[in-house]
Amino acid sequence: MSPMARTAPVPAATDPAIIRNFCIIAHIDHGKSTLADRMLQLTGVVEQRDMKAQYLDRMDIERERGITIKSQAVRLPWELDGVSYALNMIDTPGHVDFTYEVSRSLAACEGAILLVDAAQGIEAQTLANLYLAMENDLTIIPVLNKIDLPAAQPEKYAAELANLIGGKPEDVLLVSGKTGVGVEALLDKIVSDLPAPVGDASAPARAMIFDSVYDTYRGVVTYVRVVDGHLSPRERIQMMSTRASHELLEIGVSSPEPTPSKGLGVGEVGYLITGVKDVRQSKVGDTVTNLAKPASSSLSGYADPKPMVFSGLYPLDGADYPVLRDALEKLMLNDAALVYEPETSAALGFGFRVGFLGLLHLEITRERLEREYNLSLISTAPNVEYEVTLEDKSVVHVTNPSEYPAGKIAEVREPMVSATILAPNEFVGTIMELCQGRRGVMGGMDYLSEDRVEIRYRLPLAEIVFDFFDMLKSRTRGYASLDWKADGDQVADLVKVDIMLQGEQVDAFSAITHRDKAYAYGVMMTGKLRELIPRQQFEVPIQAAIGARIIARENIRAIRKDVLAKCYGGDITRKRKLLEKQKEGKKRMKMVGRVEVPQEAFIAALSSDESKDKARK
Amino acid sequence: MPSALPLGDPAPSDGVLPSSAAAGSSNRDFGLYVHIPFCAVRCGYCDFNTYTAAELGGGASQANYAPTVQRELEFAAGALDRSGVTGRPLDTVFFGGGTPTLLPSGDLARVLTTARTLWGLRPGAEVTTEANPDSVTPASLEELAAAGFTRVSFGMQSAVPHVLAVLDRTHSPERVPLAVQWAREAGLKVSLDLIYGTPGEKLQDWSASLDAALSLEPDHLSAYALIIEEGTALARRIRRGQVPAVDDDDHADKYELAECALQAAGMSWYEVSNWARTDEDRCRHNLAYWKGHDWWGAGPGAHSHVGGTRWWNVKHPTAYAQRLEAGESPAAGRETLDDGARYVEDVLLRTRLAEGYPTADLNPAGRNAVAGLIADGLIEPREAFRGVVRLSNRGRLLADAVVRRLLPD
Repeated sequence: MSPMARTAPVPAATDPAIIRNFCIIAHIDHGKSTLADRMLQLTGVVEQRDMKAQYLDRMDIERERGITIKSQAVRLPWELDGVSYALNMIDTPGHVDFTYEVSRSLAACEGAILLVDAAQGIEAQTLANLYLAMENDLTIIPVLNKIDLPAAQPEKYAAELANLIGGKPEDVLLVSGKTGVGVEALLDKIVSDLPAPVGDASAPARAMIFDSVYDTYRGVVTYVRVVDGHLSPRERIQMMSTRASHELLEIGVSSPEPTPSKGLGVGEVGYLITGVKDVRQSKVGDTVTNLAKPASSSLSGYADPKPMVFSGLYPLDGADYPVLRDALEKLMLNDAALVYEPETSAALGFGFRVGFLGLLHLEITRERLEREYNLSLISTAPNVEYEVTLEDKSVVHVTNPSEYPAGKIAEVREPMVSATILAPNEFVGTIMELCQGRRGVMGGMDYLSEDRVEIRYRLPLAEIVFDFFDMLKSRTRGYASLDWKADGDQVADLVKVDIMLQGEQVDAFSAITHRDKAYAYGVMMTGKLRELIPRQQFEVPIQAAIGARIIARENIRAIRKDVLAKCYGGDITRKRKLLEKQKEGKKRMKMVGRVEVPQEAFIAALSSDESKDKARK
Repeated sequence: MPSALPLGDPAPSDGVLPSSAAAGSSNRDFGLYVHIPFCAVRCGYCDFNTYTAAELGGGASQANYAPTVQRELEFAAGALDRSGVTGRPLDTVFFGGGTPTLLPSGDLARVLTTARTLWGLRPGAEVTTEANPDSVTPASLEELAAAGFTRVSFGMQSAVPHVLAVLDRTHSPERVPLAVQWAREAGLKVSLDLIYGTPGEKLQDWSASLDAALSLEPDHLSAYALIIEEGTALARRIRRGQVPAVDDDDHADKYELAECALQAAGMSWYEVSNWARTDEDRCRHNLAYWKGHDWWGAGPGAHSHVGGTRWWNVKHPTAYAQRLEAGESPAAGRETLDDGARYVEDVLLRTRLAEGYPTADLNPAGRNAVAGLIADGLIEPREAFRGVVRLSNRGRLLADAVVRRLLPD
């Protein structure tokens, strides 16, 4: 049994040979944060009494959703065979939307703990991240967590893991983050199995940024892994992608609170503070070097984050527009992947078209805006980016149906993804049915174990951004997991379906769909709106159209009575209060032409049926 | 379970009104409403402040109700005087309920005499009582006429037995013509109250009720759409599916039918739910509510209005009697309207009248809405050109929407 390290190695003067950099690859819910907490405790960096459950997940939303959005690095001292080691645990985001951030976190490590729930087995996203880890030549330590659960099947899933990464089922460590069983053995194994970092201490500094976080008090806190050379406090550093230089106001390590150090050397992991206010000036994947002695080439693997999904965000109350603008500005400081531009909708007023990495990124951003800035928002149906080539060969990129060109279109290309779905084999039929219905083309299928399969499909991104994951979950009783990555584009027969109220086009309800699905969309949306929009003082036709051709039609009959007969025995106060209430209700209406549409109608019409069903339950 | 009172400011126990209430009072009509909170049975649709005999005990019984109300009238005269409100003879008096005629005619007459003693009655004053066709006799009606009553309003509701049954009305339809005849013989003007849109009422049923009412040649007729109030027995029966729900389109059909039949019978509307044979037959007390005149409402739960101050009495007859016994105001709460609220009420109330709302009295936002209302056929164009917002037939059914459009801010 290894004791807690008596003397922790000092940052900036640590021999790379006693450094171990690792991350934990795990699926949401598989207990990564609990295990990390247990490690913090066992290594003594967090006292028992300071222990908050899941210490590393800082944002409330993260804690509530049990997912880690932003990674952090913590330096843990650990002693094995009389030698004190410095273990750097780099926390990685667990969701597919953040693949690029995951890949940068992995690039900062020599090894990875593959953490799998002993009652559930490996999930598609974990497989994807494991694949990334192996591509980065990381040493993998397979671990089954939650072995204390009655439903745990360690033998079955140890065999599955051994089958996947090679090795023997007996090599799979069994731990419980909750009770602490096996965690010390895991720390020992990190020291003994993972390679020490290697780098050139005398070369110009090259440190890779794997995370960048905006802090209200300190500005941007940049997390780096030093590959070569040395970074020191007060020196000037340079960002190699932008050539921008900054003074290093503070440099240090997290253990887990930020602790300033005399610098960071080869193999070390820590944070930098330069006083910049925007994470875009300190981009994930970029290389930091010394301004006085710059490196000649940057580290490989840098890429600008590319938004995949676009949605219009509008304040329910038009007066909140400036609040939303300020809120997005602030969120952007902390989220290099977030892009937005002002947008005007005839139906929804002033808002923003916002680009996201994926649907989860959208949901989290929206939730943060509503919670942290006290906003009520309408988000339009998510869209992908289409490349439309007109007959005159000019090309338009469309992220919003209202930008869809009206002229002669030669070709439309839509982004594609390759998706991997893991599920028990009994659901293969339903999954194939779902994917085929979404214009998917099957790429292959493999058995991971005797009853679990991996199914690969190439699908249009547009087909999976809305409700695909919900559908997949509900059709497989929650067993299926999904991972996807961008996979080029394809020509598709797409059309824009417009929705009109009283002949007036409502941009918020327009959609770009495959021609075969246009009719279904038109019928669905007109039907929904007929239910959602209250009767008006005049008849309101609702139409769905492709260009000038009407494909679906509904009608809202005019209201005939809107008057209270009584005067309640002279209780005029009551009548006036009633009027005030009615007017209050009217304020929650958006005017589309002359039609009053309740906010709820926008929300309900733009949410999928599936999620409406969930809300009802 | 009678309906809830509005929340307001506390009312002083001496009943003295704010000085704003007295301003200009000599130029305004003055009325008296007397609430009689008793019924033989409680109807399933009713949410008025009324009680059956079994519900009350102690000092609030029917027998000593008249003296209690007389005490309030004396208190009222004192409070108005102390508030500097000009003493004026009454233009209208209205006894409502409940069922006022559950009390002996002598009691009603004594209350009226007290009012006459305190304020006097203007020549030609309108004095009405509501009555259940079951609770009047030739003698009782003659006694009322002799005491100074000029008008009786019968709660006929419907002429169709299955509709009356859903409404829990106990009178038989044949009783109505008799009661009307006796009232006429006593020299009283007659108004009939009808209710349409009762669950299960067919269009033919409503037509039959209108025909029956018109065959009695009333001077005045009120037709109210049945409103299903939360907390009433009828609301519960609809919720349980024991009787069908009513819908607004059905109400609209029946309103249009009523307008047609009443117009053909020579009656014309003067308020959304009220029709009269001649201008003189209009219920002036009712109009006073819509025109924002002054009136004192006596009795438990009764509402009053004097010069922009509204107040309402405690609801329970026992609490009401105790207040008066202690020489205190029976008011439970009150509100004094600011200019904005007074404008809103003025538009809200007067738009419902056939005489309409002068466009000159609208604020600019309200005047801007007028053209749209013409375009949508909700007000009469000719009247608008003359400077009056007057609801069209369609607009009467959408009067609340018209008001909202006239009050856009």
